Amino acid sequence: MKSKWQRVGMMGAALAFSQSTLADYAYNLQTPASQVAQDVFDLHNLIMLVCLGIFVVVFSAMFYSLLKHRKSLGHKAANFHENTTVEIIWTVIPFVILMGMAYPAARVVIDMKDTTNPDMTVKITGFQWKWSYDYLNDDISFYSNLSTPREQIVGTAEKGEHYLLEVDEPMVVPVGKRVRLLITANDVIHSWWVPALSVKQDAIPGFIRDSWFKADRIGTYRGQCAELCGKDHGFMPIVVEVVSEEDYKVWVEKKKGAAASAAADNTRTFDAAELIARGETVYQANCAACHQADGKGLPGVFPAISGSKIATGPIADHINVILNGRPGTAMAAFAGQLSDADIAAVVTYQRNTWDNKTGDLAQPAQIAAARGGAAGEAAAPAAQ
Amino acid sequence: MSDAVHAHDDHGHGHPSGIMRWLTTTNHKDIGTMYLWFALIMLFSAGTMALLIRAELFQPGMQLTNPDFFNQLTTMHGLIMIFGAIMPAFSGFANWQVPLMIGAPDMAFPRMNNWAFWLLPVAGILLISSFLLPGGAVAGGWTMYPPLFIQGGISYDLTILAVHILGLSSIMGSINIVTTILNMRAPGLTLMKMPLFVWTWLITAYLLLATMPVLAGAVTMLLTDRNFGTHFFNAAGGGDPVMFQHIFWFFGHPEVYILILPAFGIVSSIIPTFARKPLFGYASMVYATASIAILSFTVWAHHMFSVGMPAAAQLFFMFSTMLIAVPTGVKIFNWVATMWRGSLTFETPMLFAIAFVCLFTIGGFSGLVLAIAPVDIQLQDTYYVVAHFHYVLVSGALFSIFAGIYYWLPKWTGHMYNETLGKWHFWMSVIGMNILFFPMHFLGLAGMPRRIPDYALQFTEFNQIATVGAFIFGFSQLIFLVLVLKTVKGGAKATDQVWEGAEGLEWTLPSPAPYHTFETAPVVK
Repeated sequence: MKSKWQRVGMMGAALAFSQSTLADYAYNLQTPASQVAQDVFDLHNLIMLVCLGIFVVVFSAMFYSLLKHRKSLGHKAANFHENTTVEIIWTVIPFVILMGMAYPAARVVIDMKDTTNPDMTVKITGFQWKWSYDYLNDDISFYSNLSTPREQIVGTAEKGEHYLLEVDEPMVVPVGKRVRLLITANDVIHSWWVPALSVKQDAIPGFIRDSWFKADRIGTYRGQCAELCGKDHGFMPIVVEVVSEEDYKVWVEKKKGAAASAAADNTRTFDAAELIARGETVYQANCAACHQADGKGLPGVFPAISGSKIATGPIADHINVILNGRPGTAMAAFAGQLSDADIAAVVTYQRNTWDNKTGDLAQPAQIAAARGGAAGEAAAPAAQ
Repeated sequence: MSDAVHAHDDHGHGHPSGIMRWLTTTNHKDIGTMYLWFALIMLFSAGTMALLIRAELFQPGMQLTNPDFFNQLTTMHGLIMIFGAIMPAFSGFANWQVPLMIGAPDMAFPRMNNWAFWLLPVAGILLISSFLLPGGAVAGGWTMYPPLFIQGGISYDLTILAVHILGLSSIMGSINIVTTILNMRAPGLTLMKMPLFVWTWLITAYLLLATMPVLAGAVTMLLTDRNFGTHFFNAAGGGDPVMFQHIFWFFGHPEVYILILPAFGIVSSIIPTFARKPLFGYASMVYATASIAILSFTVWAHHMFSVGMPAAAQLFFMFSTMLIAVPTGVKIFNWVATMWRGSLTFETPMLFAIAFVCLFTIGGFSGLVLAIAPVDIQLQDTYYVVAHFHYVLVSGALFSIFAGIYYWLPKWTGHMYNETLGKWHFWMSVIGMNILFFPMHFLGLAGMPRRIPDYALQFTEFNQIATVGAFIFGFSQLIFLVLVLKTVKGGAKATDQVWEGAEGLEWTLPSPAPYHTFETAPVVK
């Protein structure tokens, strides 16, 4: 704590005296990493300076009046109360200043909206509360979750440097390429925002909106969801890693290899210990935000899984809820989000943890069957 | 009309007392008083929520609340401050002052006036009691955006009901104000001789009449989407979630001026009094107010630059929004010109009015920055926006309300308030408010989203400064409470004119203003 207060003090000193330390603290937009972000940065500076100038002029006049035209100094009130010339002048001058601002602003608007001629296209989908990325040119898809450990959030562990702004799977793009973004959402409205790239586009369920950026510099750029999307709105960050063309190719190959091994898992048969261990990881990443790590949920908002009818009743119904969600509630359909192996694991975990002692195992093949037909028909006898 | 006047003549024979007096009253002064007390109670309730929010944000990590409860706090803070504190406070001023300023015996529809007020506590109880329901209060933001709003529990339906009731109350209040101003002015008081406060409320009442039904429509569609299987805002059923935002902000932007035009009126009454000089540019003030009101219907989508509108729509809404700076600038210049070469004194109402002019302008400039669509796309939904609208609503609307209370309280109670306490309240508020909200500009620029219960480490220092400011500002409002209670109870006797430079019909009446005033209309030359 002490060091924080020292920094607070230093900031005050920095504001008052020193120009050089200003760079250490954020008083302005983040350092731009694209031409559009640079244009926005310059536009903001220009408008701030004009506003500051007007503020100083107008309020110098007011404070002069407050100091000199006081009754206590014996100042007698004049009696003027209108002057058409003056009133026209101070209507026209602001209008002219505004036109001067509107012109450069309009140019940037048109540039930002021009999503033509992309080098590559990435579809981004917002979920409660994570992002998914689909690389349409390279056939890569993955989810991106907050990777800050829960212990750091509740304060039982020291907070890391990128607390709340770190993810398990960052979006990776090559430097200097026009990246077109197709942005949508799966459940509620989210907003994909990376300040250094000056992209903020709401992700609207059922609609696809596009945006674009071309990163000028290699580096890691961090952002957050900017539209209130429920309980964990503050916990779904965005990380964009801008890498060289060669590094990007290496990353693409690595992702394709990982996808192949994940597909192989879907045809395997697992034992109970494997399923429960894997299921716990899946549960923490996808379920615990609402249903809580202890499976007890939040009364009145998110139902408990521990002791619930679904997680202790027929396994087919349980799989059905996870695959298809519950329309009209915050319970999402996970059919498109999780692999057969992951769903099998998380079903097994939920049915054999906390107060749930069904002894049921689910296998990837069973999930694949449930995906195929009506969930009721797909009911398979529970393995012992 | 004559019926309404007669209804009051039986005061004195069998007029109820105690609680029944307040439940059944049709007197504009009683009703104005109730509006103001209601607003004060709501100010303290929603203020307490704000302090909880700031306490949670004092350091990174989750300490006092959980993310869901935090969202409930931000949502209810917004709803209650706007609909429970600021709007009822201005209605309180309208009830007290409009009849006194235009020389009318009461409001045009006294019984409807009673009904309009008594709907408010019902809505207030619905809103606040929803904290106790399963699932807690509404947590989807005061803007109620679907589909998030469709997901919530029973309290979301109660909130829709509360918004309907509040809207009904506002519509009845507005009909009353428009009718009173247009029909009940004293002989000789032409429209262009009306005090500016009356003008701003006339225009505000029209804004309310035009926009409250729009809000009612929007929330009704939410209600049927939630409960009756319609798909207005659900793309899967052919609806569009963004359509809600268009409808909501078509209400929501005029609403911003509903919250600030009466403030312009109060400040335009106060500055000439303490400058001992007539208001500069009266006619241009009236035209500027009307221009702002008309323009306010053409700018709504500047709240939605990040939804991804076509370039042409972004440009239209950017230009129209920038245009509002012109009439707003005219007002600022006129107030400064009113002070120029006056004979200024600095009693508490004047201090708050000067702070209003200065700090509201900061909110205006940050509004201009936000009007620039490319810059707005960086700043939308960040703390910069939080800073902007709190400069407009706290140092704007709320400070004007304080200024108006100090200005007219002697007329209402017959007692002068304690000037020392008033000055303490002013300086603590103005310092606390700036420590609280100014750092939020930097937080927004640096990239901190709004409505988050926890934040990355680089935002820590400014959040700590803001929280310190919040507690200074919050607790200094207790000074105001003490001051008002003391003034109601007693204090130096106020003269009829109260302020040396005060002009207008209300100052021709005795202090305190008698229960019935202007039973015979005064004649204005």
